[in-house]
Amino acid sequence: MNETNDPHIIEFSDVTKRFGILTVLDNFNFSVAKGEKVTLIGPSGSGKSTVLRILMTLEPFQEGKLTLAGTSYHEPGGKGPFQASETHLRQIRNHVGMVFQSFNLFPHMTVLRNVVEAPVRVLGMARAEAEARAIKLLQMVGLADKRDHYPVQLSGGQQQRVAIARAMAMRPRVLLFDEPTSALDPQLVGEVLSVIRDLAHEHDLTMLLVTHEMRFAREVSDRVCFFDKGRICEQGAPDEIFGQPKNERTREFLASVLG
Amino acid sequence: MDWSAYLPMILQGAGVTMTITLASIVIGAVLAFFFGILRVEGGPVLSTIALCYTEVFRGTSLLVQLFWFYYALPLVGLSFEPITTGILVLAAHAGGYGAEIVRGALSSVSTQQLEAARALNFNRFQTLFRISLPQAIVEMMPAFGNLAIETLKLSSLVSLISIADLTFTAQSIRNLTLDSASIYSVTLLCYFAMSLVLMVAIRIIEHVVRRGDVFPRSAHS
Repeated sequence: MNETNDPHIIEFSDVTKRFGILTVLDNFNFSVAKGEKVTLIGPSGSGKSTVLRILMTLEPFQEGKLTLAGTSYHEPGGKGPFQASETHLRQIRNHVGMVFQSFNLFPHMTVLRNVVEAPVRVLGMARAEAEARAIKLLQMVGLADKRDHYPVQLSGGQQQRVAIARAMAMRPRVLLFDEPTSALDPQLVGEVLSVIRDLAHEHDLTMLLVTHEMRFAREVSDRVCFFDKGRICEQGAPDEIFGQPKNERTREFLASVLG
Repeated sequence: MDWSAYLPMILQGAGVTMTITLASIVIGAVLAFFFGILRVEGGPVLSTIALCYTEVFRGTSLLVQLFWFYYALPLVGLSFEPITTGILVLAAHAGGYGAEIVRGALSSVSTQQLEAARALNFNRFQTLFRISLPQAIVEMMPAFGNLAIETLKLSSLVSLISIADLTFTAQSIRNLTLDSASIYSVTLLCYFAMSLVLMVAIRIIEHVVRRGDVFPRSAHS
């Protein structure tokens, strides 16, 4: 991997993604610096979640080039970006973690096993070591005392905090948050945001966050990108975007969500 | 009629029925998982083979299958003991239905679970055995329970390939004593008692795979 002369950990160049006849991302260009905290905002269907899902290799794309930490999503010698082998995609996936809107904890495993399972099975970590690390992560999200509970025994906010610990247990360099608080009751949003806020202080971790929590986005991001119709209409420092948006669509959108 | 003379015979027949049933259930479960998993994960060729297996055994008469394996197969030089034939055919039959149960339950595992597994970089094998199957097994249990009891009841057909199971024994005693009412009543009671035992066993297994009621009921505690 050749990263020394490239400050960007993520680079989309001219990526086009279609679902059937619907073009979700159209010649999309976007790059993220190592350690940067970027928030993606915009109306639903504007392509922001798709960006995360492509990065997590949950969705293929049709055209263009995408690299992560110097590794291209195209397989060298492969037929195209969408035909990379599972082996190749698994190498990329090792650098990326994702927190989902609906938490997606494994219901048949205790909280501790949810966090320990992937480091043991995928990274080959010794179970004792993985458990020690998992307990530290669960302490970080304030749930070490729930380690023997099953997900159904936890509130939504607690489940999402476990999901964050689970993603962090894989030591990702890039962590993706796909509307992490949208499925939560309003009084549970705060506890999840405070965990994400703590993570935002980790210097080396690159974070991409899709959210509708505008105040939070303004507080934690280095950069805010406003998406509309598969493109970034406007991007900049949070104070610029929220303070004096230049683009008409951005102004309309912010007026509608901020009320 | 004097029951003390016939009771040992009936118990022996019941023992044969139970042996055939249990062996068929165990072998059938192995076949069910093998072919059910192939249906979902096998790729085009293997899943088609699995589909053919399930459809042939579900779509033909069990009695004719028994006759075919017992009378026709020896003609091409393959013959087994009657009891082996009975167990294999019943197992293949249960396996055909069981494979459909496994396939259905595996397909019902949510995409979100599979995406979470993918995001954690589990490979296909790990996703199947660590994530999908443990969740799917809970869904399979009620249907497997029905299938086990169905297999017990269908096992009476093996009496027609000269296996001395409970039904065969009952017929023999009836032919000796001509006391149809008593002998068939006792036989029904025996089947019912055995199916009760099976039901209890299945409940216990179900309880174990559900991890003592914690998973997956969605009530908050």
